[in-house]
Amino acid sequence: MRILVVEDDKDVAGFVVRGLREAGHVVEHADNGRDGLFLAASETFDAVVLDRMLPGGIDGLKILETLRGQKNTVPVLILSAMAEVDDRVKGLKAGGDDYLTKPFAFAELLARVEALNRRGKGEGPVTKLVVEDLELDLLSRQVKRAGQKVDLQPREFRLLEYLMRHAGQVVTRTMLLEGVWDYHFDPQTNVIDVHVSRLRQKVDKPFPTGLIHTVRNAGYMLRAE
Amino acid sequence: MIARGLFRSAGFRFGAIYALLLAVSAAALALFLWWATAGLLDRQTEAAIAGDARGLADRLATGGLPALIVTIEDRLTQNIDDDAIYLLAGPDMQRVAGNLSHWPQSVTDAGSWYELPIMRGGMKSLASVHRYELPDGFHLLIGRDVQVRAQLRTLLTDALLWAVVVVLLMATAGALLVRGLFRRTLANVSATASAIAGGDFAQRVRLTGRGDEFDQVAEVINDMLDRIGRLMDGVRQVSNAIAHDLRTPITRARTRLEDAALHAKTPDDLRAAIERATMDLDGIVAVFQALLRIAEIEAGSRRSSFARFDLAPLLAEIAELYSLVAEDRGAVLVLEAPDTLQAYGDRAMIQQAIANLIDNAVKFSPKGSAVRLSAVVSTIISIAVCDQGPGIAHGDRERATDRFYRGESARSTPGSGLGLSLVLAVAQLHGGELRLEDNAPGLRAVLTLPLPEVEDIAGRSKVRQGQHRQ
Repeated sequence: MRILVVEDDKDVAGFVVRGLREAGHVVEHADNGRDGLFLAASETFDAVVLDRMLPGGIDGLKILETLRGQKNTVPVLILSAMAEVDDRVKGLKAGGDDYLTKPFAFAELLARVEALNRRGKGEGPVTKLVVEDLELDLLSRQVKRAGQKVDLQPREFRLLEYLMRHAGQVVTRTMLLEGVWDYHFDPQTNVIDVHVSRLRQKVDKPFPTGLIHTVRNAGYMLRAE
Repeated sequence: MIARGLFRSAGFRFGAIYALLLAVSAAALALFLWWATAGLLDRQTEAAIAGDARGLADRLATGGLPALIVTIEDRLTQNIDDDAIYLLAGPDMQRVAGNLSHWPQSVTDAGSWYELPIMRGGMKSLASVHRYELPDGFHLLIGRDVQVRAQLRTLLTDALLWAVVVVLLMATAGALLVRGLFRRTLANVSATASAIAGGDFAQRVRLTGRGDEFDQVAEVINDMLDRIGRLMDGVRQVSNAIAHDLRTPITRARTRLEDAALHAKTPDDLRAAIERATMDLDGIVAVFQALLRIAEIEAGSRRSSFARFDLAPLLAEIAELYSLVAEDRGAVLVLEAPDTLQAYGDRAMIQQAIANLIDNAVKFSPKGSAVRLSAVVSTIISIAVCDQGPGIAHGDRERATDRFYRGESARSTPGSGLGLSLVLAVAQLHGGELRLEDNAPGLRAVLTLPLPEVEDIAGRSKVRQGQHRQ
């Protein structure tokens, strides 16, 4: 992926750029709003990581509004220290695709950026998700593994659907809470782990290979071995 | 300068407006009185003279000058009131007939009204007269003695002048009174405000108990001061809590890092220490986020996103989310709620509040126990979460919702001590409350919310079902 990082804090920017490059992405960096807007408007990127508060008179939201005004639909992840619900809503209303508050774990950022890219492609209506020998039919709402029917509760079905839509990508616990349960806060107990473990019991346990993997310090990933 | 300063005083302005209104209405009344009395008499005199003139003109036309003279003499003898004045003069302005001895010099024009002093029968008097020109150079003067009317007018003028003086006095006194009232009422508010500005936050505006507009303003101001006071207490509490309670996790993270820098023997040890320190820092961030969220809720800014929603599916979702966690700990989560339950508020916040209560209950539930999530509707909505854990000692319940408070039995369980503070903040924002009761054994936490406003059949006016709004 070709990713633009617009972030003025040298340490944060260096950390994000290095991390994204290590994950195999091509990264451009701008440390002020003017350069950021110029780069975002003149070149093509697969995703933009945008800080909200920037020096140089043009802040993140202004960049975002300008881009959207020019019908530029590049997926944008807003990165901000402003964590209030209203700030989040404002960011998403201005055209942001996702919102991550500082401080953040790099794994969370990486997972969300990669998920953005997937969203940006707009795969069109899919009726069936397939990973290895696991099949999920969105119309009949049935799941089969190695030809065998797997019985899932509605919520387990949605959890599996989310994991399969992001197959091969890290999915964090927060992303699952937001994407599957529409919860926008972190519970103090390990609710997600318990649900994923229950799903594993049904999808992985009876079969020789596991598809749902735990990624240390990050979350989960569904992929073929 | 003084005049300008006076006019800047609202009390003076109100007083002046009162005085002006009083003066204007008094003047209007006086004008009407004048028109209705003196004016009416004037008009009657003029009409009588004009009538006389028409009669005499008829006489002159039919009988000529001699007839006119006879008529004048007749009229004078028949005039009971003795107020008629006639004078017929020849071309040389000499008297021919009538009760005036000679033609008054000032009466020169025909067609205009004159008011002049006359001598009649050795008495000075006042007359209102009109001059008519007759054929052959004769002149006729018709008038009325208006001495009595003039006296009445003088009387009336005097009375009205006195009335003006009285009105002015009353206006001034009234204005002073209004200004005084105004000042006294404002002085109350202003004294309170300056006391608060000076640092005495306990001061409140005194109520007169009359329940009038001023009392209403005072009540609103007092409510506002109470709210500001609560917010200030909250801020003080939070900053104290941050200073004291965040010290522990920060110290832990710091110690871990320093210890690793000094004593780690292998890169793996170092990495593990760094990871643990990162987790400590994440915990601190989570605490900050919880604090900010509570502050956000307490500030009341989220009220804009209040809406009606069905609480039943929300409860079902939470129960579903946590039932596995409970099972994982060897407990069961039971949901008892109606199929549909209309509520009014911020859905996401109520969701988080209930999740916090369940989170707590599940966390403290022993193996083989049950956690009950139930919702009951009466005049309010009561959402209860009951567990069979250690509960909260009676004496600690009051403080359990304080930020960072952690009961004795909770010390060994992970948590920030902010969960119940958030629930309380959400309850208060919605005009409900949070009650912590004994479930014997365990804790019974009850979150109450007021019922949503119901629209009547016509859908016009809104009525609140319950009275549980603060």
